[in-house]
Amino acid sequence: MSTIFGIPPQALFGQLLLGLINGSFYALLSLGLAVIFGMLNVINFAHGALYMLGAFVAWLLLTMAGIGYWWALLLAPLVVGAFGVLLEKTLLSRLYKLDHLYGLLLTFGLALIVEGVFRHFYGVSGQPYPIPDLLRGGQNLGFMFLPNYRGWVVVASLVVCLATWYAIERTKLGAYLRAATENPVLVQAFGINVPLMITATYGFGVALAGLAGVLAAPIYQVSPLMGSNLIIVVFAVVVIGGMGSILGAVLTGYGLGLLEGLTKVFYPEASNIVVFVIMAVVLLIKPAGLFGRER
Amino acid sequence: MIARLLAGAALAALAVGSAQAQQGKVSGDVVKIGVLNDRSGLYADLGGEGSVVAVRMAVEEVGGKILGKSIEVVAADHQNKPDIGSNLSREWIDRDGVDVIVDVPNSGVALAVQEVTREKKKIFLMQGPATSRLTGDACSPTGFHWAYDTRALAVGTGQAIVKEGGKSWFFLTADYAFGHQLETDTAAQVKKAGGAVVGAVRAPLNTADFSSFLLQAQSSGAQVIGLANAGGDTITSIKQASEFGLTQSGQQKLAGLLIFLSDVHALGLQVAQDLVLTTGFYWDMDDEKRAWSEKYKAKTGKMPTMVQAGSYSSVKHYLKAIEAAGTDDGATVSAKMKEMSVNDMFAKNGKILPNGRMVHDMYLARVKKPSESKGPWDYYEIIRTIPGDEAFATLAESGCKLPG
Repeated sequence: MSTIFGIPPQALFGQLLLGLINGSFYALLSLGLAVIFGMLNVINFAHGALYMLGAFVAWLLLTMAGIGYWWALLLAPLVVGAFGVLLEKTLLSRLYKLDHLYGLLLTFGLALIVEGVFRHFYGVSGQPYPIPDLLRGGQNLGFMFLPNYRGWVVVASLVVCLATWYAIERTKLGAYLRAATENPVLVQAFGINVPLMITATYGFGVALAGLAGVLAAPIYQVSPLMGSNLIIVVFAVVVIGGMGSILGAVLTGYGLGLLEGLTKVFYPEASNIVVFVIMAVVLLIKPAGLFGRER
Repeated sequence: MIARLLAGAALAALAVGSAQAQQGKVSGDVVKIGVLNDRSGLYADLGGEGSVVAVRMAVEEVGGKILGKSIEVVAADHQNKPDIGSNLSREWIDRDGVDVIVDVPNSGVALAVQEVTREKKKIFLMQGPATSRLTGDACSPTGFHWAYDTRALAVGTGQAIVKEGGKSWFFLTADYAFGHQLETDTAAQVKKAGGAVVGAVRAPLNTADFSSFLLQAQSSGAQVIGLANAGGDTITSIKQASEFGLTQSGQQKLAGLLIFLSDVHALGLQVAQDLVLTTGFYWDMDDEKRAWSEKYKAKTGKMPTMVQAGSYSSVKHYLKAIEAAGTDDGATVSAKMKEMSVNDMFAKNGKILPNGRMVHDMYLARVKKPSESKGPWDYYEIIRTIPGDEAFATLAESGCKLPG
């Protein structure tokens, strides 16, 4: 059998596909971060905690109220989004005039608090969340066994990423948003409610994190630590893609997922640092990130 | 000037003298027990606050006092970082007068703390860490390894699975001190029993997605995939192995080499059923264990893991030794502990080897099917008692070289 760098091609395809699945989560999360940074100039460190919150809301809905996966897919992002709106209205909105650093510290503190509360009540081993019946089982692709649920994650994340990109880059509302980031005073003078738009954007950004949380619930344990395990990588993805660049965040998310997957085959010990090595190299060569523009 | 120097020297000599005179009593007029473990990360449920509760139970049983002095329990989080662990234990011993350090899961951190306690001649009661090196080449005259170790896990689970016909093995190993040792020890037992190791992959600690590693294990064609990891990593790998249909095909079998009761609880019996594992303690074995565990559960809402039960047992034994020795001096108490046999709800006729290994019976268990379980925490069926002498290495085998 022919091999590529000593690995049978079938195995390689399998690993690439897995990389794509993990990339889907990176893309969904970094998309939310990029939207928030692009519009609000806030580095939202609470993103990982809100992703965890999404998964927990789904789990609580199932265990407390018997509400299943599909409703959770809709309800959990709404709950998380509403929580985000509350945060923005009461806390974040006071910091826009100050340096980025303050928003970062506030959201980081919030993340620690939210995580700490859940850890206190639920421990760290996590709670099991079943895969919905419709998506149980899997397909034998010849080169690997693909669980149906993982396939669904890739499709769902692609659709959401594309829709978001389209809404911001190609619709009138998106045009207002982009204009409001460039010059809020002028846009407000045209009679558009800029503060409301900013609140809604933050709510939408964190709702994306909540959605990713629900998607992740059946794959990983629903655990208070799930956010902090992922968030650092996601930040690296956003930095590599270029802060605030939506397309950059999505493409880098998938790309790094693939690259990480390959690392797991060729040099598994390095799989959790490869993203950061790339980040360092990109920052050296292109400080604004691959798709960012210099300001 | 010379007179002053002389006076200083005399004072210093006096201080040394009085410190020696105090050796017959309790240092600082308090016995301070420091529980050092992972209180927030992937190993927090198997030890964590539960170990602190268990230690407090041992202290309460002697009335909170020993040799007329009070006993104090302190706790800290080492965050699975060896540098934080060794700094904390230094601070505890030097500044706060801590006499004994308990638990310390994560073999990497335990190896670092062992260096500190050896240097300071303080007692170290290890429950959470697994690596057999702690009573092997890294042994210490004041270090005690209590609940289990990688060698016992290898003997228990490794041999049992080879006997069932699982001849070829592939290891999925946590990439640090513990995983490497567990892999080495298990591979040795597998080969001894006539099996073979076809490959291994090293996954970083705290990996979120194991599917890539599992697929590599699958394509290796090995009959058994040995999970040389622990806590959150074990949970994730077992869950994802079931998702990717590794075990359903019937050609491959998972061997969780280190599985705690808290892991099974988190996985649920649906996913964990039929796993074979080795444990040093299970709550539902006899009346004594049940009574203690129920008391523990009333405080924490959970049944204890072997780490938590072992924390209780070791502190109980430590306090008995202080009572018998009439002092809390590390070296003296350590010698006393090794003279006395361990008899409590955790172990019967447990004996402590000169290298600090507490030799007691281990148990091979099978995780029940959901239909066999009578309710929460009714998870294991004990299928074999492994005599302590078979489970643990002898002093000669351990490779421990103690001075004198």
